[in-house]
Amino acid sequence: MNPRQAPDPECQDIFARLSEYLDGELSPEEAAHFEAHIAACPPCVEFVESLKKSIDAAHRFHSPCAPEHVPAEVAERLKKAWAASLARRGPEK
Amino acid sequence: MDPHPNTVAARAEAPEVAWARQLLAGDASAFTPFVESFQAKIFQYTWLMCGQREDAEEVAQETLMRVFESFDQLRDPAQVKAWVFRIAKNYCLMKRRKSVFAPTRELSLDELHPNHDGDGQTLQVADAAERPDAAMLRGELGERLERALRALPESYRSVVLLRDVEELSTAETASILEITEDNVKQRLHRGRLALRKELAGYLEAVQ
Ligand SMILES: [Zn+2]
Repeated sequence: MNPRQAPDPECQDIFARLSEYLDGELSPEEAAHFEAHIAACPPCVEFVESLKKSIDAAHRFHSPCAPEHVPAEVAERLKKAWAASLARRGPEK
Repeated sequence: MDPHPNTVAARAEAPEVAWARQLLAGDASAFTPFVESFQAKIFQYTWLMCGQREDAEEVAQETLMRVFESFDQLRDPAQVKAWVFRIAKNYCLMKRRKSVFAPTRELSLDELHPNHDGDGQTLQVADAAERPDAAMLRGELGERLERALRALPESYRSVVLLRDVEELSTAETASILEITEDNVKQRLHRGRLALRKELAGYLEAVQ
């Protein structure tokens, strides 16, 4: 995986397209090809694992700055807007 | 290895979809969880895109007001998150116009390679007595991740926030940001590579 050593074109391909593999966007043939290479290439395994960990950290990210509650008067206005919108729709269903 | 850890089909219905159904049916019990969940999500997106706390609070409130004013127009509850983010992104852009725009820089695959300049600093953990506990490392990871997200060029940042943090689909992200799906995929991959590079050392120590 080190571009300064003679780069293996298959490793380069995985580096360039790993997200497509992880997101299920490759054809079954391409995915099988990736898997076969990765199974036999420790640097690629390491790279795949570290990318997955990083994506996983993003999935779990919550900014510590985000407020947990909405001010009561704001919630009140929002609730009125919601009720008015449903009333406009009329009593169907 | 599990090839598809984050495809939409693999997950159960998101809570906000259930809340949206309840709210469409007039069930007020879903109101508070819906509002608090989306307020946090919109705040976080705007905070990381604009960097101003007041802007992020305003965008969250303006977006929620617009959402509820037109709630009767939500046709498909399964699309609620994409719908809310489409509105939020427009309010966020209006705020951004007032602030200084950083020119967007393209990240090349070469500079994102492992070991190009070395991966993010690895934690040196000498012995058990000095080892920071897991909770502290996670807190530190959160801060590092927030900094790493902010450091991304904004066209990558918006894609990573919608695809990986909010877990919207490629199609939904493309529609919200008004770019092609191929563009979403390319920016997502480079954004992920940049985050990986930045976080590699910490992730090893935490997990
Ligand atoms: Zn390889």
